[in-house]
Amino acid sequence: MKKYNLHMLKTFKTFFSLCLLLLISIHAFAIETIEISGGGTKQINIAVMPYKEIVADKANSRMHQIIAADLYRSGFFRPLEVNGLVNKPSTLSDINYAEMTAIEAQVMTLGQVEISNNRVKVNWFLVDTNKKMILTTMEYSGPVAQYRAIAHKISDTIYEKLTGIPGVFSTKISYISKNKGRYSLNVADADGFNVQSVVGSPQPIISARWSPDAKKIAYVSFEKKKPIVYIQSLVTGQRTVLANFKGNNSSPSWSPDGKRLAIVLTYNANSQIYLIDADGSNLKPLIQSAHIDTEPVWSPDGRFIYFTSDRGGRPQIYKVSSSGGESQRVSFEGNQNLNPNVSPDAKMLSYVSQDEGRFRVVLHDLQTGQITKITDGPFDEAPKFSPNGHVILYAHKINGSGELSTVSIDGVVRQSFNIHADDIREPAWAPFVK
Amino acid sequence: MKKSLLLASLLSLFLIGCSSTPIVDVSKPAGPSASNDLSSSSDLSSFSDETDLDLASLRDPNNILSKRSIYFDYDKDVVKAEYKDLIAAHAKYVASHPKAKMTLTGNTDDRGSREYNVSLGQKRSVSVKKSMNILGAQDAQIETVSFGEERADTNCKDSGCYGKDRRVDISYEKE
Repeated sequence: MKKYNLHMLKTFKTFFSLCLLLLISIHAFAIETIEISGGGTKQINIAVMPYKEIVADKANSRMHQIIAADLYRSGFFRPLEVNGLVNKPSTLSDINYAEMTAIEAQVMTLGQVEISNNRVKVNWFLVDTNKKMILTTMEYSGPVAQYRAIAHKISDTIYEKLTGIPGVFSTKISYISKNKGRYSLNVADADGFNVQSVVGSPQPIISARWSPDAKKIAYVSFEKKKPIVYIQSLVTGQRTVLANFKGNNSSPSWSPDGKRLAIVLTYNANSQIYLIDADGSNLKPLIQSAHIDTEPVWSPDGRFIYFTSDRGGRPQIYKVSSSGGESQRVSFEGNQNLNPNVSPDAKMLSYVSQDEGRFRVVLHDLQTGQITKITDGPFDEAPKFSPNGHVILYAHKINGSGELSTVSIDGVVRQSFNIHADDIREPAWAPFVK
Repeated sequence: MKKSLLLASLLSLFLIGCSSTPIVDVSKPAGPSASNDLSSSSDLSSFSDETDLDLASLRDPNNILSKRSIYFDYDKDVVKAEYKDLIAAHAKYVASHPKAKMTLTGNTDDRGSREYNVSLGQKRSVSVKKSMNILGAQDAQIETVSFGEERADTNCKDSGCYGKDRRVDISYEKE
């Protein structure tokens, strides 16, 4: 399926297979241009040229915009202004490299979108404009309904070629919307488009969490005038009650193998963390204290559970073995710290830290202990790592109504979602679908 | 081969149909899953409830039992002295009506995380329950729950407004 610009590759042909060469050139490029760690990440200047629509369909001529928006949101790319360019190539032979150099493009993408018989076919290229070398060329096709999905797949491919990290543009997110007093748990594409309502209710819904296979969502609904934990299949739409005990049932968190969940129950006392099998059986307490213990989250290896507790007075983050035992305090800076989330590589926590009257999202490097504020508040909450760990999705309140944003983990690029609803909150990011 | 893999993965992303209507809408009865709604199955004889539960006292606006909210200070779960009589009246009512079922629902203002606020609201409802336990109200007749910040006034800008959110509401089954 891959096509290569053979005249560029001919001289190397005897030494390398095409695939190997491609890998090497990408690798070399990535090392030259990317600094992944630390603040002030150097972004890649990319010219995302309009992909030429072969069958003109105004409503659909936006593939390059979807790609540029994806790449910008990732924090690794600076899509360049290309509208003013005289030359807008959609084929390799039309590229004017001098023009690319003039706008300081390091890479460019260009292509052609063909729409016929209700299908989309995209032939696209990623080109190193300094070396005048093709990095990737592919043909993607599918039903017209998957136009955006194809664009996200192209973004994923570009992102991974240039950073070595799997892209998250084809993943899903979920959030709760409140519109005219009605609540809805929604699933959407990672850029907030293609929204589907999963469950609607006149009462609040909170704490939605994706199962590790991304086929189910556990959530807390107040529809029976108290918090009850439900699990709903996204495949069949069927839902079951996971926990409906006396008092509150809340804060579900899936174990990495998807077989169990940590939940919070109260009976007639304070919030306490329990473990329960995904079918609602085998309930047992994880830890027992006289204080609030809540917001459990599993480490990706399943060995630990991080949680929020007020045992020290103010809420702080603690951790405990998933088989129970003594808890250790994890967060010490700031007036209060809560809402923990563990990075997919287990090396970082993100949580909400309140200091000087502001609730901000922070990153806590568990190896060095370094804590970095990556948002400004004043009311930021519910941070969730992207499945590749390089972006954080979070909610923030503006004049009483909630919005969602993403922030790159270096805190440099923040982008809010343009979702139409009175109030949006409680985001969650679906894992990669294996 | 790459292409077919791509298509397969694209298709697998669309687990959910194209309908924009919810898969589940809890405001409509949805077959067997609606059967565990306790409130809908509690439509028993109201005549015996009136006498057994003395519902008239609960409804009488001149009776202290009609007062149902206890307010708290910021991030506190201590029941203030001004609610002594209110709590005593409800504790006495529960203790003297063995069939009465009381729910204490804790609430918070909208600062902090939603789950933590569920726990903080719960701490307040437990605090009220403990005050009532001392006065003879039994745990079996009381359920402590919390709505956290979910019922908070999201337009609050001053402490007086936030203060109205930080409360425990008393309600009774069948009232």
